Amino acid sequence: MVEPILSVRGLQTRFFGTEGTVRAVDGVDFDVYEGRTLGVVGESGCGKSVTARSVLGIVDRPGKVVGGEAWLTRADGSRVDLFRLPEADMRKVRGREIALVFQEPMASFSQHYTIGNQIAESILLHMGVDEAAARKRAIELLDMVGVPQPDRRVDEYPFQLSGGLRQRVMIAMALACDPRVLIADEPTTALDVTTQAQILDLLRHLQQQRGLAIILITHDMGVIAEMAHDVAVMYLGRAVETGPVADIFARPQHPYTRALLRSIPTVMAKPRTRLPTIAGSIPHPFNRPQGCAFNPRCSESLGAVCAAHEPPAVTADGHEVRCFIHGGQP
Amino acid sequence: MIAFVTRRLLLGLVTVWLISMLSFAIIQLPPGDFVDAYIAQLSASGSTVSAEEAAAMRQLYGLGQPIYVQYGKWIFRVVQGDFGESMEWRRPVTEVIGDRIWLTLLLSFSALIITWGLALPIGIYSAVKQYSFGDYAFTLFGFIGIAVPNFLLALIVMYFSFTLLDANVGGLFSADYLLAGWSLGKVWDLMKHLPLPAVILALGGTAQLIRIMRANLLDELRKPYVVTARAKGVAERKVILKYPVRAALNPFASNIAYLFPYLVSGSIIVSIVLGLPTVGPLLVKALIAKDMFLAGTIVLLLGVMTVIGTFISDLVLMWVEPRLRHQMD
Repeated sequence: MVEPILSVRGLQTRFFGTEGTVRAVDGVDFDVYEGRTLGVVGESGCGKSVTARSVLGIVDRPGKVVGGEAWLTRADGSRVDLFRLPEADMRKVRGREIALVFQEPMASFSQHYTIGNQIAESILLHMGVDEAAARKRAIELLDMVGVPQPDRRVDEYPFQLSGGLRQRVMIAMALACDPRVLIADEPTTALDVTTQAQILDLLRHLQQQRGLAIILITHDMGVIAEMAHDVAVMYLGRAVETGPVADIFARPQHPYTRALLRSIPTVMAKPRTRLPTIAGSIPHPFNRPQGCAFNPRCSESLGAVCAAHEPPAVTADGHEVRCFIHGGQP
Repeated sequence: MIAFVTRRLLLGLVTVWLISMLSFAIIQLPPGDFVDAYIAQLSASGSTVSAEEAAAMRQLYGLGQPIYVQYGKWIFRVVQGDFGESMEWRRPVTEVIGDRIWLTLLLSFSALIITWGLALPIGIYSAVKQYSFGDYAFTLFGFIGIAVPNFLLALIVMYFSFTLLDANVGGLFSADYLLAGWSLGKVWDLMKHLPLPAVILALGGTAQLIRIMRANLLDELRKPYVVTARAKGVAERKVILKYPVRAALNPFASNIAYLFPYLVSGSIIVSIVLGLPTVGPLLVKALIAKDMFLAGTIVLLLGVMTVIGTFISDLVLMWVEPRLRHQMD
């Protein structure tokens, strides 16, 4: 049994607003392994991005991680719980062991510094080298992610680059200190389809080369099918179904996963037929439904039991699912 | 970029020229001229001026001629560096203004430094610690600073320093140095007198800039690039100072332009109250006496300073904002 690099158990993140508390992430478990990609999929607002930020301890106020464990296996083999690490030690994890790639490459760069400056920043911070060496490494990284003329580009500002190049630079910046876990939060959402494919290729290539563990957050089942080895389907702050990607696509067990898969357009469909959608909309986080959160929108609801109790995790057809139709005691 | 700077300089010259015409015209607008004001002043004190004398004076100053001729003669001499003679003081305008222009600049510049020195850190603090006790305290101070006119503040400070400290805070020099020539002792005396009026002048602008800085920074703090910096493992203090504060500085740079003339014109009443030897009180007196050449010169100077301030502010903005710099190429 291979040990996961990052193992998250029972993660709970809440936002303490003036109008009440929002349970953005409410008991999420997942494991990430070296050289494998975990796809985290779900609709907007289901807590995907907050999960990523929680792991790094950079949830914005008034958000706070209130429960759970996140065990990171460090390079030397020791294991630490990130949620119990002092802030100063946590800073050595950020960018060094776990790095983030964001959705909007334009907004995620400062427009006031050159890309070289922003890449070199974490190198200077974590690698203990001088500025000349950091700059040299920045150029190498740009070259590695396929930025043409890296020695010239290094002195340019983010607004001088195209969207695709910016996302490449963002990946270069994340990989600056050879992290072992890369969290990519909707890395291709803001890009056109061709560029999207190129960026995903790049990520896959880098993963094979370096044995990166990737957490890929997306709402796009197509991206999941192409990239992920394992999948966690999230709904309202919970992972409702987790398992190997082939299983999830071939034999989805949770009604929500099935609904998601049904709503993917396909070229095989009869022309001019309506694409199935999931009935209703995501409840407002303040009005989280009692029992199973998906129950009000569920076409396979069992009625009273689903409305009253939260389903526990059960194993169905080889992977984990939280739904009463597969048994489990309320 | 050089093209841009040259264009701005030329435009600045045109602006100054327009200001000179406008100011000359505005000074002429009220009925009567300097001689009328002079006669009225003399008759108030009991003496009279004969019709011949008045005519001779008008002849001397060229007051009978059409306004564009007067303007033409004036501007022609101004270009040559001759600002004419003050009618009221009967001395060359340059001599009347003399050190006052430098003292005004010194005072304004000190006030500007104090404004920035206070507003920047307080604005950052207020934004980072939004809704904290300190933020509320500075907000209160800020609104009081905006609401209280600074001449009133000057009066209050004067009153208390006189009654409580038994010190007279008026002027920029003590009596010993007032008429003395420049010496080290006089400079030191000036340095001792400078801080109080500078602080009084700075307070209104400081309060405004704190609000601006706080609002800007609050916007910037929520931007994704701040999260990027945190995710790199940068320490929180450095994250804030390097990224969002840098972005929030833009409006600061563009503010120089309008802060600069404000500090000069806004200081007039404070200067009168505190008896400061700046150009403000001189301008007021010159306008009342319809002393055209003196008033025209001062208004022209203010115009030139505004244009220079705007120019400097453009340069600073280009320096702090790479996007602007690259648009130009």
